[in-house]
Amino acid sequence: MMNKNKLVKIIIISSFIIFIVVSYVLNFEQGIDIGKNFYEFSLNLILVLPCAFILIGLFEAWVKRETVEKHLGKDSGFISYLWAVILGGCTFGPLIVALPIAYSLYKKGAKLTVIFTYLGAAAICRIPMTIFEASYLGVKFTIIRYVVSIPLVILTSIMLGSYLEKKKFKIMKGK
Amino acid sequence: MIILFSITVLLVIVSFLFNVKKTVKGMKIAVKRFGKILIPLLIMLVLVSVILYLIPEQVITEYLSDGNRYSNTLLASIIGSITMLPGFIAFPLSGILKDKHVTYMVISAFTTTLMMVGILTFPIEKEYFGVKVALLRNIMSFVIALVVAVITGILFGELL
Repeated sequence: MMNKNKLVKIIIISSFIIFIVVSYVLNFEQGIDIGKNFYEFSLNLILVLPCAFILIGLFEAWVKRETVEKHLGKDSGFISYLWAVILGGCTFGPLIVALPIAYSLYKKGAKLTVIFTYLGAAAICRIPMTIFEASYLGVKFTIIRYVVSIPLVILTSIMLGSYLEKKKFKIMKGK
Repeated sequence: MIILFSITVLLVIVSFLFNVKKTVKGMKIAVKRFGKILIPLLIMLVLVSVILYLIPEQVITEYLSDGNRYSNTLLASIIGSITMLPGFIAFPLSGILKDKHVTYMVISAFTTTLMMVGILTFPIEKEYFGVKVALLRNIMSFVIALVVAVITGILFGELL
């Protein structure tokens, strides 16, 4: 079942690539435009992701479970949310980069509420992106977004996380 | 970008000097994890490039610049939820919207959902946290985006 699924996905990807190549050969404009989109997005990710995964690998090999547990685990206080926001702010790249990092933290013993806060923060307050945003939309816009969304992210993360923890929810990959 | 690259290379070298075994273990984890998301990632990229071709910037701008501000806010948050635009496209686009006198409330709904909610990234999110958690997180983020949009609207004097 799983393999069949994978096969379908590989077929989709391969036919897409063939479509793009053929478009270039036959000078099919629509296909070339889509190909350009694909190239732009992939380039961005292909540069960031290997670095991110190498750093995750090093993190998992070096950082002790106890360290993560102490600062981000069940018995850590409110300051753990502050850590989560700072970590999120320092994350490079889109949400796709934050997801494996969050998973790693969870595996090392961080609590669910902190994980959700981290993901939210990584989505909304990455520092490089913020500078970019402020230059286009103005500082006031960015400040409002920060001041309103960060407390909301922390609040909803605590709600969602505690709800799931109460139900003895365990994250299992792929389920 | 260069900073991230240098930090990574530097850390790998330092790690290697201190403990070869741990470094190799780390690299193995990196390759394994990356391999696992490679296919969903490619699928997502294919979808994003096709969808962005079908809904070009002009269409988004056109739809959001006239009509009712409430329905526009909702529309903006829905468009923002589907697509996951990288910042280098999303913010210039938001700049264009601003110049076309689209309200800050609408822009806020658009950018916040762009960043937080991802229907196209859902298959990848699901791989890590399961369907239930991914679903709850996305719904929660969507609500946050709407709240942020409304407050932005109020503070920019667009609503009251």
